[in-house]
Amino acid sequence: MTYLYIGKKRRTKEDPRFVMGRGRYVADVALPGMKHVALVASPHPSARIASIRTEAALAHAGVHCVLTGEEFCANTDSLQIGVDAPEVTRWALAHGVVRYAGEWVAAVVADTRALAEDAAELVEVEYDPLPYVIDPEASLEPGAVLVHPAHGSNVLYHRKFVWGPVEEAFEKAEHRIAFRAVWGRNATVPIETFGVAAQWDAGTQMLDIWASIQMPKFPDQTARALRLPGNAVRVHYDVDVGGSYGVKRGIKHTVLVGYLAKRLGMPVRLIEDRLENMRGGDMHGPDRFFDMQVAFDGDGTIRGLKIRAVDDVGAYAGRSPLQLAKPVTAICGPYRIPAVEYEPTSVMTNKTPQEAVRGFGQSPTNFAMERAIDRVARHLGMDRIALRTKNLIRKDEFPYTIPSGSTYDSGDYHAVVDKALAAIDYPALVRERDAARRAGGLAGIGISTCLEPSGGNSAFEVLFNPKNETTTWMDSCLVRVDLSGAVTGVMNTSSSGQGHETLVATVVGEVLERDPAAIRVVRADSLTALPSNSPVGSRMAIMLGGAAAGAAKKIKAALLAIAAHNFECSVEDLEYANGDVSLKGAPEKKLSWGQLVTIAHRNIHKMPPGMEPGLQEKFVWDVPTGGDLPTPEGRIQIYPCYAFEAHVVYVEIDRDTGKPSIRRYVCGHDCGVMINPDIVHGMTYGGIAHGIGAALYEKFAYSEDGQLESGTFMDYLIPSAFEVPELKIVDHCTPSPLTTFGQKGSGEAGYLGAPAAIANAVNDALEPLGVSIDRLPMSHAAIWERIATAHDTGSPTNEAGKR
Amino acid sequence: MTETLNAITVEVNGVPRTARVPARLSLVDWLRDELRLTGTHVGCEHGVCGACSILLDGEPIRSCLLYAVQADGHRVTTVEGLAQPDGSLSVLQDSFCEAHGLQCGYCTSGLLIAAQALLDANPHPSDAQIREAIGGNLCRCTGYQQVVEAIRLAAERGAGKITP
Ligand code: FES
Ligand code: FES
Repeated sequence: MTYLYIGKKRRTKEDPRFVMGRGRYVADVALPGMKHVALVASPHPSARIASIRTEAALAHAGVHCVLTGEEFCANTDSLQIGVDAPEVTRWALAHGVVRYAGEWVAAVVADTRALAEDAAELVEVEYDPLPYVIDPEASLEPGAVLVHPAHGSNVLYHRKFVWGPVEEAFEKAEHRIAFRAVWGRNATVPIETFGVAAQWDAGTQMLDIWASIQMPKFPDQTARALRLPGNAVRVHYDVDVGGSYGVKRGIKHTVLVGYLAKRLGMPVRLIEDRLENMRGGDMHGPDRFFDMQVAFDGDGTIRGLKIRAVDDVGAYAGRSPLQLAKPVTAICGPYRIPAVEYEPTSVMTNKTPQEAVRGFGQSPTNFAMERAIDRVARHLGMDRIALRTKNLIRKDEFPYTIPSGSTYDSGDYHAVVDKALAAIDYPALVRERDAARRAGGLAGIGISTCLEPSGGNSAFEVLFNPKNETTTWMDSCLVRVDLSGAVTGVMNTSSSGQGHETLVATVVGEVLERDPAAIRVVRADSLTALPSNSPVGSRMAIMLGGAAAGAAKKIKAALLAIAAHNFECSVEDLEYANGDVSLKGAPEKKLSWGQLVTIAHRNIHKMPPGMEPGLQEKFVWDVPTGGDLPTPEGRIQIYPCYAFEAHVVYVEIDRDTGKPSIRRYVCGHDCGVMINPDIVHGMTYGGIAHGIGAALYEKFAYSEDGQLESGTFMDYLIPSAFEVPELKIVDHCTPSPLTTFGQKGSGEAGYLGAPAAIANAVNDALEPLGVSIDRLPMSHAAIWERIATAHDTGSPTNEAGKR
Repeated sequence: MTETLNAITVEVNGVPRTARVPARLSLVDWLRDELRLTGTHVGCEHGVCGACSILLDGEPIRSCLLYAVQADGHRVTTVEGLAQPDGSLSVLQDSFCEAHGLQCGYCTSGLLIAAQALLDANPHPSDAQIREAIGGNLCRCTGYQQVVEAIRLAAERGAGKITP
């Protein structure tokens, strides 16, 4: 299939306004008379609030209000939660008790942020400290301190899924291994913190909201918590979001600011500062350990897998427990593994709550899985690539259904692996590594082969909570052609750098054969919007792209119908080219784009009877694989499309400091048809950089007394251009049979395989010393400690089982 | 409590601006909130991310770490001052669009400032020099790959000295 615009190198629609400094982020929204919020945070990980004295703060210059949990919780509803745990309530302000250090206790509103901060320091809170639990394993122990005593346990979710004859596989297999892999608490940490501005109009009884948001059902949840009808909340989606990658879900912030704006009758804005964001912004990511068991034969055939995953969501839960559910849809990775047991446990501790992070739990799972593959290879003395090649699903096996009931749409995994190895010149790389080792260095090659499930519905909610039957997960687009013949696409959500305006323009231009550069894309607000579920789960190329194409096809059909009516022929007799319609075989019988548009808007006498005048079409569509409920065994299809990535990375480690340096990086990537390759590549590069951070640097570390130790960019280390090397992506294209143009999702690409590949490279480098490391982030200190252990004992050890 | 105000005169993007500011007002807050030059962004307010980078007398600095009063008598260039006199994109800005050296755009102003300062001083930098020059600017979206490509392209296309 050849396309006019799809897949071509084309400039994006968004870039020019950003390079001019003319983006409009929430911190740029200045409402007349706007007031500013600063927050008072708990210094304790767990405490009873004995008293809050606000007089001094209220007396401070420019202060309008000091709000505490007592008033706020009485007048708003608890935020929604992804699993069935009604006692695990959550508000933006603590009421009665605090459950983590950094939790917001009071909000101060003043004329400026500086004055609000001054006054916040004058709020006097008296606490009675309570016992707390920081370690997730301790939190699972009988008799552990309860984070939410009314819930009766610290466990939010637990189930053991068994798909296929797992016990039999483990009995019959010739070999078995077991180990623990640990994924450190990190997150996406966008450079823009979360922010929200709100304004209540007493005349219209409506709350207007501008927010740095990426969240499904955000207007609905805001309205519910504020006890307002849905149509009293209007979210403006034309706010540029300064990065999100999952976490920009400031629902608690928004309910707080919305409440304040309504109560004070003044526009109110909260922009988190960096510490508020890191400590009280509730946007930490998965903090997970895996107890992995693999059963396999001497020839490398993998027979079965047992995964126990424990995820520490912190002190409250929104959708975070569901990050254990997405991996169900790719539970055996890209491999043919006939029997899998999966035992996810979501546990609470007195830490900052978790939010959705790029990949929604898939990257940690891929990391554990890929460590398992490398460990199997090592156990057998088999080449890691040969082991993967043996077990990877073959091209001719698609569509391929895995034990947990999900069907992978398409792929050619072996071809992508081959391309990646060729691009890095693998034999030469092995020689380079071996030469470095002979020279006394520590050098390793890492490989990972992983999946990116994309474009799915939200049925993990259903899987983890039978009381929830949400299987619909649509997206929409409106396309209109105005009197001048100009085309406008209307999308229904905000974006955080994914280039959705370019996506819509490209797809609409492709269908209508009109130059995308001339197509404008705007955003509805939540009251004028068609349904959307926002850019989550790598879905927009599939779902928004599909909706935009669907709407454009309806426009094209309308134009053809108008021409057919005027030529008194059938549509089949007509030819469409660049917006003009002519009679087949008689090109002089032609109605141009302009003429057709004029008829549609001005000449009802030339319109087919019954046809709507004007030229506008909406298209709402749902996930192409539908929305079936899970089977009783928990088998389910959530995602229609599966992209594949093969990472090959070369790492050298400084023996004296433990410092790893990434010398070479290639990622083979197949996400089907790319709508705009620069955008796909960009997100993949960024995902790899983010994965480098998760593998080596980034951690929300906690002290034993429950304090966050990395609340700034001095100690939470985001990779810079020094740590991220030159990256190379090699494309492959296996179209999806399920989508409009063969596209698959790609917003989480790179991040899903990078930590796994880097962990495998570091372990390959350490292998000659007989030590290994299965805990992320693999900081310099942690690597150095492994090296020192090897030197001390002179014998192989590993750290499995230790947390 | 009323704060003492200090008179300042700063040349911002070629235009002299005067103001009376409290001593504790940071330069970035003055630029953004008072002058409404919102192209300069704030990511950390502790001098690490580089999103707030501006040129002070042609040198890249972090405007979150400077008070507005400290800029008195100096020349400031923000991202809004990078465009050509007729308002069209500079070679560097255009190269960022061509190479798609950005995504969400939040870090972009700071990267453009760092890159312009580099190209002003060294019109033909190596890749290593480019990475060195942007090493203090965090970007979460791009992994820096297309940023480096954009700056390389700008250098090839002669993104000469354009800052005032
Ligand atoms: S905001 Fe100034 S360096 Fe981050
Ligand atoms: S483009 Fe988003 S942080 Fe750099």
